[in-house]
Amino acid sequence: MVDQSAVGRSFTPVTARVEPGRLRYFLNTLGEQNPVYRNADAARAAGFAGTPVPPTYLFCLEMMDVDDPFEMFSTLGIDLARVLHGEQSFVYHAPVLVGDTLTFRPRVTSVMDKKGGAMTLIGIRCEVTNQDGVHVADTARTIVVRNEVTS
Amino acid sequence: MTASGDIKAGDRIVHKVFPPITRHTLALYCGASGDHNPIHVDIDFAKAAGFPDVFAHGMLVMACLGQALTDVVPPSKLRTFTTRFVSITQLGAKLTCEGTVTELFAEDGEDRARLALTTRDDRGELKLDGSAVVALGQQEDSSR
Repeated sequence: MVDQSAVGRSFTPVTARVEPGRLRYFLNTLGEQNPVYRNADAARAAGFAGTPVPPTYLFCLEMMDVDDPFEMFSTLGIDLARVLHGEQSFVYHAPVLVGDTLTFRPRVTSVMDKKGGAMTLIGIRCEVTNQDGVHVADTARTIVVRNEVTS
Repeated sequence: MTASGDIKAGDRIVHKVFPPITRHTLALYCGASGDHNPIHVDIDFAKAAGFPDVFAHGMLVMACLGQALTDVVPPSKLRTFTTRFVSITQLGAKLTCEGTVTELFAEDGEDRARLALTTRDDRGELKLDGSAVVALGQQEDSSR
């Protein structure tokens, strides 16, 4: 079981490029028709210097470009089959645009046992910066691990 | 959203219904999102993990909520977006995403609104419970 010693642990920073083809695949999957994400003129009219990404896409970029998307789980000895997503938040500081190259720096910020050890909640925070060193966003997620309980 | 005078606490400004979630949606989202956890696409893996079938990625459901949100709030106005994943979203679920203004306030030199957000399936079961902070007003301050 994951214990407090995991708090403060950081993982390999992830560098991700916002590529138009991959973004289009995401937009099509979600049936996203908002012209601000699909049309450069609409994006400019909305005040962007380029084409922006949808609000949850930061989460995807981090997973798509990491060498091992489940590094955290294997490092902490967590079985992927026992993982659920508990909470997710995004704080946006500056636009993320197609063509940007982002760096994600994830780290474990909390470990909490729940329901007498039946579940462990792991808090992970991640600072996101772009190619110019601009701090564009902070993300935070809570991972729920369903622990094996001997009955 | 337009001028800050246009909305008030209690207004429901977000409402969008999505088509049913199919296995195909989950397969596409697996590739499109980079979340390759087999629990969402491989029924054998899901069953071995103790689930009756594959189920939707929480982030797929949050992406729908985000879409409903930026249909009415320009993405340049979005300051924060947070959700709690309340229950697993099953295959076939038809999601309804809603957002209601709970508070108007000033922060970091701009007028802002806080929205309470929910996503429910077609049986009314709560899937996501969240919130967002959005900037109000006309000024376009986010270009760079």
